[in-house]
Amino acid sequence: MGAGRYSALSLLRGALGGHRHWGRAWRAGEPRGPYDVIVIGGGGHGLATAYYLAKDHGIRRVAVIEKGWIGGGNTGRNTTIVRSNYRQPQLQRLLEYSLKLWHGLSDELNYNVMFSPRGALFLGHSDADMARLAERGDALIAMGIDADLIDRDAVARLVPLFDMGRDARWPIEGGLIQRRGGTARHDAVAWGFARAADNLGVDIIENCEVTGFLREGNRVTGVRTTRGDIAAGRTGICVAGNSGHVAGLAGLKLPIESHTLQAWVTEPVKPMIDTVVMSQTLHCYFSQSDKGGIVGGGDPDFFPSYAQRGAPIRLEDSIAQAISLVPALSRLRMVRSWAGVTDMSFDGSPIIGETPLDGLYLNGGWCYGGFKATPGSGRLYAHLLATGQSHPIAAPFDLARFAQGRTIDEAGAGPMPQNR
Amino acid sequence: MLLIPCPHCGPRIQEEFAYERSADSVVRLDDAPDVAMTALFSRANLRGEEAEIWVHAQGCGQWLRLTRDRMSHAIRSVEPL
Repeated sequence: MGAGRYSALSLLRGALGGHRHWGRAWRAGEPRGPYDVIVIGGGGHGLATAYYLAKDHGIRRVAVIEKGWIGGGNTGRNTTIVRSNYRQPQLQRLLEYSLKLWHGLSDELNYNVMFSPRGALFLGHSDADMARLAERGDALIAMGIDADLIDRDAVARLVPLFDMGRDARWPIEGGLIQRRGGTARHDAVAWGFARAADNLGVDIIENCEVTGFLREGNRVTGVRTTRGDIAAGRTGICVAGNSGHVAGLAGLKLPIESHTLQAWVTEPVKPMIDTVVMSQTLHCYFSQSDKGGIVGGGDPDFFPSYAQRGAPIRLEDSIAQAISLVPALSRLRMVRSWAGVTDMSFDGSPIIGETPLDGLYLNGGWCYGGFKATPGSGRLYAHLLATGQSHPIAAPFDLARFAQGRTIDEAGAGPMPQNR
Repeated sequence: MLLIPCPHCGPRIQEEFAYERSADSVVRLDDAPDVAMTALFSRANLRGEEAEIWVHAQGCGQWLRLTRDRMSHAIRSVEPL
């Protein structure tokens, strides 16, 4: 399995041999059920789930089934931002749990996920913004999560290319920075978890789309796929973007709508922005990738779509905002834009829990913020799939919260995904 | 980008319109609690054609019922509501 353990020595040996000895990082899995657990969806979250099922819980008969290829869905389409500075305590606990895993992830997986804790900066554009950021910072510190409120001069020192003029379109008054936040290489996260899970015996089955569920009364006993029926003790849906579609195959309706979210990248340039820049007042965020491109994004497209393509007008919004903050960006060529399908949940928070069907579990509803949660989400979902019980950190995110009035609404926007 | 044929104004760009909700998810004042809860929080969210309620917010202001494919973005029909 795999090409053995990666190390400086294996790299050196590779260099002497012209790097021709590197093998596949994971086997091409074939369905060979029955499995103890099937995870539907080979994105970062699904692969992390499979890895922690094998590692934490010793469950070895695990399959990840993926309709396309590993890294071809939302895992490879996000803007790679990692942070835990949320407002609601439930989300703070969830994302901080994940952030702690990010900090040791490359060692854990023996795979360089290029996690770069370069700081994640929220900008404040007015006195009211600064008051809001101060309130959030206090809430974070009370939870034991790092947050620094910094003034205008400190922001200017951090990113000298900001337009700090008093007549700027969006004047900058200060910011709130989480220094342990940053970015990671998104494909590497999927590949690293795939390889590590494979090493523990997990079958990763690509090009295998779920077309239905095997049922015995109210119990789900496996999945129907384009590569035949596969039986499983427990089945976990982990297909954010397509949760509505897959749950629909089991006859379920979810508090989720699928919307388009776009991102863009410029040509690569020398280092010019060495922190993650975000403005929640404008809704624009960007950072510089290790390759040098400025990667950014903004609002989703505000109406349901599974099309993986978006309207130019939304791109224009976020690019105009980015250029107003860093005018030098206007000199760069945009080389690419793309879109992903996001699970917009009806309170803006993810759903991790059981479904009304026995043996069928759900992890989805990540809206446009799932990447940062990858290791934490996987580990908590593995706990649920292995034990049948939610981990205390995941428990508030159950599906029943909507009917019981326990929504976790970070934006205070109500059940309207297009208003988030 | 969608080109939406408004029955009142003719074909207009998507940006003039605002999506409201799926047509089967309208909450009525006299709905029983469980019916209202389903309308508020449950969506078929089909990877295919669904009827939706939109409003021509930056145009005539009228409410519309669009039948639209969420995969191909093809609009089958637009009717006044």
